[in-house]
This record gives sequence, C-alpha cells and structure tokens, in this order.
Amino acid sequence: MKIAAKKIYIALIVLFLYAPIGTLMVLSFNASKTRAKWGGFTFKWYIDLFHNEEILGALLNTLLIAFLSALAATVIGTIASIAMNGMKRRTKSVMMGITNIPMLNAEIVTGISLMLLYISLGLKFGIGTILLSHITFNIPYVILSVMPRMKQLNPSTYEAALDLGASHVTAFYKVVLPDLLPGILSGFLMAFTMSLDDFIITHFTKGVGVDTLSTKIYTEVKKGIKPEMYALSTLIFVTVLILLVLVNRSPEKRTRKYES
Amino acid sequence: MSKELIHLNNISKSFDGQMVLDELDLTIHENEFVTLLGPSGCGKTTTLRILGGFTTPDTGKVIFDGRDITNVPPNKRPLNTVFQKYALFTHMTIAENIAFGLKIKKKSKQYINDKIHYALKLVNLDGYENRMPDSLSGGQQQRIAIARAIVNEPRLLLLDEPLGALDLKLRQEMQYELIRMKNELGITFVYVTHDQEEALTMSDTIVVMNQGYIQQIGSPESIYNEPENAFVADFIGDSNIIPAIMIEDKLVSILGTRFACVDTGFGHNKPVDVVIRPEDVELVAPLDGILQGVVTHLIFKGVHYEMEVMAGGFEWLVHSTALHPVGQEVGIKVDPFNIQIMNKPESEDEEAVSIDI
Amino acid sequence: MTSKSKWLSAPYALWSVIFIIIPLGMILYYGLTDKTGAFTLDNIIAITTAGHAKALRLSVLLSLVSTLICFLLAYPLAMILANTKTNKHHFIILIFILPMWMNFLLRTLAWQTLLEKNGVINSVLTFLNLPNLKIINTPAAIVLGMVYNFLPFMILPLYNALAKIDKNVINAAHDLGAGSVYTFIRIILPLSVPGIISGITMVFVPALTTFVISALLGGSKLLLIGDVIEQEFTRTSNWHLGSGLSIVLMIFIVINMIASAIFDKDGEGSML
Repeated sequence: MKIAAKKIYIALIVLFLYAPIGTLMVLSFNASKTRAKWGGFTFKWYIDLFHNEEILGALLNTLLIAFLSALAATVIGTIASIAMNGMKRRTKSVMMGITNIPMLNAEIVTGISLMLLYISLGLKFGIGTILLSHITFNIPYVILSVMPRMKQLNPSTYEAALDLGASHVTAFYKVVLPDLLPGILSGFLMAFTMSLDDFIITHFTKGVGVDTLSTKIYTEVKKGIKPEMYALSTLIFVTVLILLVLVNRSPEKRTRKYES
Repeated sequence: MSKELIHLNNISKSFDGQMVLDELDLTIHENEFVTLLGPSGCGKTTTLRILGGFTTPDTGKVIFDGRDITNVPPNKRPLNTVFQKYALFTHMTIAENIAFGLKIKKKSKQYINDKIHYALKLVNLDGYENRMPDSLSGGQQQRIAIARAIVNEPRLLLLDEPLGALDLKLRQEMQYELIRMKNELGITFVYVTHDQEEALTMSDTIVVMNQGYIQQIGSPESIYNEPENAFVADFIGDSNIIPAIMIEDKLVSILGTRFACVDTGFGHNKPVDVVIRPEDVELVAPLDGILQGVVTHLIFKGVHYEMEVMAGGFEWLVHSTALHPVGQEVGIKVDPFNIQIMNKPESEDEEAVSIDI
Repeated sequence: MTSKSKWLSAPYALWSVIFIIIPLGMILYYGLTDKTGAFTLDNIIAITTAGHAKALRLSVLLSLVSTLICFLLAYPLAMILANTKTNKHHFIILIFILPMWMNFLLRTLAWQTLLEKNGVINSVLTFLNLPNLKIINTPAAIVLGMVYNFLPFMILPLYNALAKIDKNVINAAHDLGAGSVYTFIRIILPLSVPGIISGITMVFVPALTTFVISALLGGSKLLLIGDVIEQEFTRTSNWHLGSGLSIVLMIFIVINMIASAIFDKDGEGSML
C-alpha cells in the first residue's frame, strides 16, 4: 500500500514533466494547422520540415553554436579545473566564486550585461556574439563536472608515470586525462544541452536576422507556431532519447553479467 | 551460565531469493561477550540487524528476556547499536550526539549532563563536549559512537565491525578498551567481526558462521583447539587439514602412517579429516619421527620460524622456535592430544549442517 | 605545480574578467548614470513607481509561491528516490534532465494547449464531471509554468543531498529511540539543508527574473519585473533604466548567493 502510493506519486510527477512533451508530439501529427483542434493524423509536417529553409537554418545555427560553445567551454573549463586544483585555498575559492556567478545569476542579467559589453566593444551582433555568450555560461558546467573528478585523482599516479620515465605531457595524456575523461564528457554534454535549450541569453546577444531554434520559436509565438517546429522538436527529442537509452543500456548489461 | 537474555528461534531470511540465514538458532546469556565471526556474506551482519530491528526475519522469532520482540521497531527495543563507520550525526556536537537518545526519553537536563560527563570519561574523551564529529579522528569517533549508545543503559549492546576502519595499533588498543568497558558496565555485548584475532581476544563465546549457518559455538579455546569441521579449522588460525583414515578408536592413519590420537567413536576404517595446528607439529631427528620429510621453505616470523616440510606427499606447515634450514631432513611427531579428528563432509551442504550435533 | 597553474589558469581568468566581471560592471555603470553620463540614483529609485513596484511585487510573490510549491512537491519525491537502489542514480538524474531536450519555449507553450478552455485537461475534468479549470492568462498559470520549468532544479539537489545521507545514520537515530517524525525533523531535514538551499536558489532566481513564462502563459496584461526590464532593453531602449532595475534584481540574487555560500560551504548541494 505504501509502496503503491510512492509509485503513484513518482508517476504523477513524471506525468507532469512529460505531459507537455507528449502534447507536442501529438501536435506534430495533427493535420489541422491550429493547436486547438485535432484534424486527423498526418506526416505532412515532417515532410514540409525538410523544405523549410528558415527552420533548417535555425537548426543548423543552434547545433553549430551548441557544439562549438560546448567544445570551447570544455577545453577552457578543463584547463581551468587542472589549474585551480593546484592553487592555494584562497585563490581557488575566489575563482570558484566567480565560476558560480553565471550559474547563480539571473539569465536576464547575464544576457543584458553581455549585450552592453558587446555594444561598447563595437562587436557586430550575430553568431559570434551568441557563441561568446554561450561559452561564458557553459564553462561553469564543465568546471563543476571536472572538479569533483580532479579531487578524486590520485596524485601518485601522475608521479608514478613520471617515475617510470614518461614526460610531463605524456604522463598527463596517458594517466591524468583518462581519469578525468568521464567528468569532461559529462561536462561537455551538460554544456551542449544548456546551449541547445537556451533562449534568454541568446535573445539579448543575437543580431537581427540570425536565429536559433529558440529565438525563432519566440518570434513565431505571436503569429502561431508552425507545425513543422513540432515535428522538428519531436525528431530531436526522440533522437536524444534513443541515444541515451543505447548509451545507458550497454554498460548496465555489462555490469550485470559481471556480477552474476 | 547466567540467565538467558536473547533467544533467536529458527530464524530464516533471504534477499532476492538468496538464502542469507537458514533456520538459525542462537541463545545469548546475560553479561556475555558474544562474537559472530565469519567471512563476508556469512549472515553475521544480517543476524545483528535482526537483533537491532533493522531487518525483519522471514520466519522465526526473536525472544528478548522472555518477550517476543520480532515485530518491535528499533526505536522501541531495549538495546543499542554501535554502527560500522560510526554513523555519528555530523550536524550535532559530541554532547548533542550523546544526549540524542536521552532527550527522546525526556530525561532531566541535570541527568543528561551527568550522563554525558560520565560517558565521555568512560571512553577517555573528557572535555570533547562541544567538538563536532568531523574534527575527531576515526578512533575518537568510534568511542563517541560507543558513548552515544551506552548512555541509554541498554541491556544489550550490538557492535557491527566497530574497529574495522581503524589501523592495527589502534584496533588492538580499542580491543582492551572494549573489554574494560564491558566489565565496567556489566551489560551483554554482541559483536560482529570477520577478524579471528579480534574474536579470540575479546569474546566469552564465539559463534562461527558460514553461508547462513552456524558452524560452531564455543569458547575461544575450544574453537581454536577443537574445531568441529574443516571450515572452522581453516578460518581460525593456520592449520594443516589432512585427509586421513580412522582405523579404530584412538588410532588414525595419516598419509599412510599410523598416529596415536585420543578420539573415539568414529568407527572402523572411516575416512576423516584431521586438523593439526602448525605449532603442534614437532620437528625431531629423522629417525625419532613417525614420518620423515625435508624442509622446503623457511621464514623468520619474529616469535618463531615458519617452515614448510614435505612429508608423506603433503606440505606440512610448522611453527617452531628451533631453526631447521631448507633441505634438512627431519622427522615429524605429533602429540596424540593435538590431533583433532573431524568427520568428512559428504557434500557442501552437509559441511554446514553436520555440526549441530 | 603552483607555478604552472598560474599560466594554466590564465585563459579562464582572462575570460571571466572580460565576460563576467566587466559586463556586471557595465550594468552598474549604466544603472548609476543618466544619458549624459552623470551619476544618478534615479534609475534605481524608479523601482518605486507604481507600475514597476507592482511588477516587482508580483514577481516576488509568484516566485516565492512557485519555490514553495516546488519544494513541497520535490522533497517527498527526492526522499522516495533517495531510498531506491543506488545503481539507478544516473537513470534518475536523466529522467529529470531529459525534458530539456524539448525546447523550453515549446514545452511551456504546450501548457496553453493543455490548459485552454477546451484543452486536454478540461476535457478530462468534464469527463470526470469535475469543474473546469480557468487559469490560462492568470497568475496561477504563470506559477504553473514556473513550477513546471524549475521543478527539476529543486529535485536534483535535494535528491543528491538525501542520497548522500548514510542509511546507518538514520538507523542510529531509530536505534536511539527516535520515531520516524523525530528522525525526520532532527536528522534528515538538517542534513539535507545544503540541498534545500541550493534547490531554493536554483528555483527562486530564475522564477523571480523570468520574462518568458509570463509572456507565454500570463497573457499581455500581467507584467513581471523581468518583462519590464526586457522591454526597456529591446523596445524602449532605455538601457540606463533597464540596468537600474537589474541592479535591484541583483540585490535579491546576491542575498541568495550569500545564503547559499553560508549553508553550503562544500558545494554539497550542487546539481551534478
């Protein structure tokens, strides 16, 4: 009885979180152009999607920005983590405090502060400014995933590699980096996700005529969302879902086999 | 023996279809220091958790002082537990930790303060009232965990591998501390460990467990000197376990050679196992021995030499204060009292059950 | 290692100065000056004008309510999840991060479809002979949007904090005579404080400052302080006023940061 109540509670929360997603998926097959009515089942929007250059362009921008900003943030963030690990306590906590600012600060404040910066630097608003902004808010996610790994790192392994004749660079690539890799990887994925889902900061730092999916949707809100957008979102979500299921299944199976 | 305090009656427990305890029966007397000893997964911790009330047995009863407490929740049981890795409340001071149980019982402030003072004195940590647990060493945290339990004046104290996280030297010190505390408090201790030395040092009674069964119950001396089966013999200390034939009462053929022994009642020409402790194997001049062999290994161990002697096709483990270099021919002799005869188990299952004779 | 860490940390240090510190300085500069560049507090005092004060009050109220609802929904859930087997840790986190892969605006917009007069929820309610909901374009819809969007940010830190509590610590409390309510109040709740603080911060700040959720679910009449600031920057182009109002917002955020720094020294309540 108690267990059943717990399961129902979890199910209700999950339902709450996924109901809108289900709704969007259903709408992507809705033949009627308005959200409000079900006009029968269709694949039309999925086909139209591939002819809609505006949406495809926004998708390309989004993916490009997400990938490049996550990559840059991963490199900068990983190097920063390594550097911070060797720092004195005081300096380190100052650095961590600054790292936390973009995470704890309101996105709107981060957005307008960067906008003011770009204006005063005379930068041209466009992909470049969006990219700089995304790298800025992505770095903390990388640092926060790499730092815990860094702490667990056994300094003796690095020294052992040196002792066995490896150079500093070799020792780092062969011994330290593999240990950090899971943290780096999850930092990259986290950064990629955050960049993909961002609207507010992009809204303030994008130029006219440059759109990501988020800003495109925002401008469409007033006129009504194009059903192709539902189709695209459904495709993205399902792709990610399948990827995650594949990634999560295989190691689990392996460990289970190992245990038995 | 003093009065019976706890009786575990026919306890069985399985997790995910895996039998952890199988019809376990155990009686613990008042004022006894009982140790549950065995390798990991033998069921000793589950037994302790059933006593503490954190696990409910599938079948069987827990009788405490004549009262069935099988379904009594942990917070209503007249016993306390010292947990593995201490489980101190890290957000409270030492004094608050110790006072936790007493506040629930709504004791007076004066009483609580006296108790904190007394308990800290008992565990040799006077003056630590206002420290936080994180600022203490492992050994000190362990003492606080004990103090926190005993201020409630439990009739039974359960200790779940309490010394496991400490280093060797500290562990030995704490063993004496625990014995002292037990004598001072006059309460019953049930102690779980996989460390045979710890069990031998502290216990009045040792319960050796394996695969959910009790293998042997007895005093440290009897467990060490008269193991009832190969598992116990192997688990407690080093030993030579050799297949043999019981020719008749008081005569056993070991590796084809006849040895006198003191056991009777095993029948005629019956296959058995014999256990001989390495310190009970005497090395003598070749012709003075019952069996002849050659020393193959030699290590100095401080108090004694440890040697391996190849004799009769078996590698004998020998502890002796006399040195016999590798390659030397020696004779082997064993006092009849030091030969322990055990029935051969017919299957693995029987190895486990056959002891409850 | 220390000498090397200096130049290793240089790129990031430089980056944070240019893209974190200086931009914040610019907000301060714009917020405390007028169009001629002279120092003034007018942009900050502007928060007291009727329209702005009303927007701020509504923002604070709705974000507090949302934070409270998130906490009340998330705590029991986090407790249930923390008691499941540990090898599911990653899977549990995944369930609550996964929705982010569906665009945040679309997800929020989908609530319009669900909440509309003839929407999915009301159809179900009618079918069950229950009174219909009329919350679209009301503050309640904004609260729902906030709770919906920020609930995962409450669940994850709480879950992490609760999963970290040693089961034997709870057993020890029971062993010492504490019942479940007493154990919860004296042991579980205090030990989860880092998670609570982190969760509150992660929900309260974005809820307080949002302009999207109100725009999507609140109709055009309900203005939050975020909407006001956004309009100052994108429509009226009065950056000085917008920055001044942002400074007011940042006061709330700084209070929040200080609180989290005090209660969560080791970053135990972090989300990852």
